[in-house]
Amino acid sequence: MDVIFGNLDLWGTAIQNTLIVFVGGGVFALILGIIIGAMRVSPVPIARGVGMVYVNIIRNTPLTLVFFFFVLGYPALGLPRLSPMVLGIIAIGIYTATYVAEVLRAGINTVPVGQAEAARAIGLPFGQVMTLVVLPQAFRSVVPPMMSVFIALLKNTTIAAGFSVSELAALRATVNDSAGRPGSPMEVLLLVALVFVVLVLLLSAVQHRLEKKWRIVR
Amino acid sequence: MRFKKVFATIGLVSAAALALTGCTSGSPSDSKDGGSSSDSKNPWTVAESVSLDGSPTFDAMKKRDKVIIGVKEDQPNLGYFDNVTQERSGFDVDIARWIAASLGFDENKIEYKAIASANREQAIKNGDIDYYVGTYSINDKRKNDVDFAGPYFVTGQGLLVKKGSPDYQSLEELNGKTVCSATGSTPIQNIKENFPKIKTQEFDLYSACVENLKNGQVDAVTTDQAILIGYAAQDPDNLMVTTGPLLTKEEYGIGLPKGDDVLRAHMNKTLTDGGDIWTKIFEKNLGGSGITVDQPKVNAY
Repeated sequence: MDVIFGNLDLWGTAIQNTLIVFVGGGVFALILGIIIGAMRVSPVPIARGVGMVYVNIIRNTPLTLVFFFFVLGYPALGLPRLSPMVLGIIAIGIYTATYVAEVLRAGINTVPVGQAEAARAIGLPFGQVMTLVVLPQAFRSVVPPMMSVFIALLKNTTIAAGFSVSELAALRATVNDSAGRPGSPMEVLLLVALVFVVLVLLLSAVQHRLEKKWRIVR
Repeated sequence: MRFKKVFATIGLVSAAALALTGCTSGSPSDSKDGGSSSDSKNPWTVAESVSLDGSPTFDAMKKRDKVIIGVKEDQPNLGYFDNVTQERSGFDVDIARWIAASLGFDENKIEYKAIASANREQAIKNGDIDYYVGTYSINDKRKNDVDFAGPYFVTGQGLLVKKGSPDYQSLEELNGKTVCSATGSTPIQNIKENFPKIKTQEFDLYSACVENLKNGQVDAVTTDQAILIGYAAQDPDNLMVTTGPLLTKEEYGIGLPKGDDVLRAHMNKTLTDGGDIWTKIFEKNLGGSGITVDQPKVNAY
């Protein structure tokens, strides 16, 4: 128990930073992913091409390398300095956006073509066809896989620990290296794993709620 | 122009990636007399027919006819593994060899395992290694899990800066600047708690910090001075260790399984009796750095 109460200050910051990276990266990935997903089914060939190239390049790059590029590479470009936290959020957002886009594309493919054709027939432009007719239906059918993407995102936040974001995964090193702090690395690891289990259970509960709420009557 | 920068970045990132995966092109030069460790005569001799009654660790070594030592391999001149020559070198590694020799094990009966800082206690507890030599600071918390022979070296928190930076004498002078160290390490905690005006960065490996120091992302790297000296020696044209007083006191010991007092007493005796050998090992590995250190007295608790 000492490992919790003796390091309360650390646990607070660690969980907070994990959640910041998760929420920041998640929102970023969702927005970017929707744009990319829409690009991949758009009638404009250039947009389709850009979407495809983006997804294929980023999705095939290990996340650690994406982090490398942002956290260690970006600063060398001489652009304005950003904190490792912000760079980490961008890195994980850009990476996860590809998965969001692909899941969404799968969802769009479940919407009957007749829906989009009908929307076009009443004169809606592509943007409105997507936002008013296709995407709302697509979202409903992809709740489970989308939640899987976000659970993966949550666990991927631990990579940020190696890139100067002091979050849950970095806690072990801190406790281990400090003579004044109680707890062994093993205890910390188990507790960190437990925190992640709790967070994932929360996400699963959210998924369950959304599935019930958005059930499509076919 | 933009393109040039992008290419430079790609180059830098791949260089950093290579450096972190250990594919370094440069390696600490063996400029010291004696050349590589293989052809220079070791100052120690391998003991014959050693017997230690009541040391389970030693019994295990004898049984497998091999000693397994935990080391570091990313600290030039302390604990370093050269991928090109496949050789281990450094002050810590030589201390480990000397101890192995005192137990009757020659180089060909040593197996090295690189263990990261955070996993040291667990590796010793699990029996994955017989003992650990690698910038292992003695403290009371760790004594709950393992025992320490030594100390065999005393150092403390120092600063590594770019050549041409001011020669900082204290941490206060770094207010508003960025300092880098290993994730969660004591120096970083010290700065976060006591010097809130200093910005910090933390990476798993010091090499990433040193890389960021070279490209101007951070203004200083801080950790035990012994480690910094090793990096400065690798790139003396660009890096220097400040001359200010050490900010903390760290004593390096040899980590071994808790309760194996017979083995610990043997190691302490070896260190105490072998003052000349210690001096030769120090001269060979860290003598070129310009610091002079005397062998600390062992603490046979």
